[in-house]
Amino acid sequence: MEQETILNVHDLSVTLEGNAILNNLSFFIKKGDVLAIVGPNGAGKSVLFRTLLGLFPYEGSIVWGQKLKINYIPQKFYIDKDLPLTIREFMEFKNHDLEKIVHALISVGISEDTQDGHIEHFIREHLLNKRLSLSSGGQLQRILIAWSILDNPDVLLFDEPTSGIDIGGEETIYNLIEKLRVERNMTVLLISHDLNIVYKYANNVICLNKKMICFGRPNLVLDPTALSQLYGGDVSFYKHEHAHE
Amino acid sequence: MTAVLIGIGAGYLGAFMILRRMSLVGDALSHVALPGIAIALLLNINPFIGASFALVVAIIGVAVLERKTTLPSETLIGIFFTLSLALGLILTPQPDLLEALFGDITKVSNADLYLTAFSVLIMLLIIPRITKGLVLGVISKDLTRSLGIKINTINFIFLLLVSIVVALGLKVAGTLLMGSLVIIPAAAAKNLSNSLSSYSLWAMLFGAVSSLAGILLSLYIGFTPGPIIVLVSGVIFLITLFFKSENN
Repeated sequence: MEQETILNVHDLSVTLEGNAILNNLSFFIKKGDVLAIVGPNGAGKSVLFRTLLGLFPYEGSIVWGQKLKINYIPQKFYIDKDLPLTIREFMEFKNHDLEKIVHALISVGISEDTQDGHIEHFIREHLLNKRLSLSSGGQLQRILIAWSILDNPDVLLFDEPTSGIDIGGEETIYNLIEKLRVERNMTVLLISHDLNIVYKYANNVICLNKKMICFGRPNLVLDPTALSQLYGGDVSFYKHEHAHE
Repeated sequence: MTAVLIGIGAGYLGAFMILRRMSLVGDALSHVALPGIAIALLLNINPFIGASFALVVAIIGVAVLERKTTLPSETLIGIFFTLSLALGLILTPQPDLLEALFGDITKVSNADLYLTAFSVLIMLLIIPRITKGLVLGVISKDLTRSLGIKINTINFIFLLLVSIVVALGLKVAGTLLMGSLVIIPAAAAKNLSNSLSSYSLWAMLFGAVSSLAGILLSLYIGFTPGPIIVLVSGVIFLITLFFKSENN
């Protein structure tokens, strides 16, 4: 069955302080899609996200489906080492229901401990009272994801979900996002620099370098021409070498 | 009593000022109050009104200049606020200068007490409502905006509250020292706290204790309370610093 379109963008342009950042983008997203946005630094990927969230003025049209809860995880966070804010207080900015908080933290796999009783005890008695600033990169990322799913969003926007995480952790974060997407029937937009991730998890991709260079299924549109237009020079070696079913 | 209430209000607001890296704003704002006080004295009206007026003009002025120029707000505050101190020093009538600079709690009236109690109550009601925006705004502005929180509005309300507490506190600590009463108790509280709730509570408590102990001490040794209050809060800060290094 054909899924409903939940976002339709037509002829979108964004100009900030006299500089054209995005030019004439048109694309759509269907419910349950994973749309990846790739492109070099300064291509306007983060600006596109913020524009979709209504934080920047734009020309053209952005039409979201009705009654959608859209959540966003930005790329940069400034959490001072001394910031007196516990993980519980941070979660409560979103939702005061302790049961939901514990459940969300369990579902992002905050602890390796698989025994249900133990993990609940660990979260309630230790983790929630810990300072947010004392979390490691990977743990913080999971906490942010838990935070973002607390109010059951329909759409998640992740800006480089893996920056600041080591390679091993990177794959797991994408697995987690994919797991949550399936469990909660969410639509995911993500910005990524890693084309392998795009091939593995996304069913649509936008190649962006101020204007749209490609849009479609990754294995169809990410050809050497598009990649060299995107990153410049001969980058056909970037093409993934492992097989896919 | 008035001083204790101001200590509570100043400590609470100071807690958020430190989080938002605005420590020096309180100091700068208290300087701006001086020309306001001076003009009020010259016109023979209540100095609190003059000070509040000057502060409101100052925060609106900085907000406007920040949008119209590319100068960072620290630079604006640095220029704007020292200029007003200079202007205030020239304008303030000599006999009142010492009181304006360092405060004199013995001149606080009942009306001042009621005004202070009312204002601090308002603060205690408003701050919890904007806490989420204030704290998330420090962590990520984009995230905060994506939740539909209007950061600029919240900042403005916050600065307005800071101006009120500074204006109220001028009688206690004076234009030169009021900034410290906002910042030091909160800085001490941060040394001891893991959570936002304990941080705000300690900040209020330290603000109140500094004011009370400072006044009692100043009565005992017969010196102007303002500097003593600030010194007491400084001692509290040093003590908490010791606990902080133990925690780490």
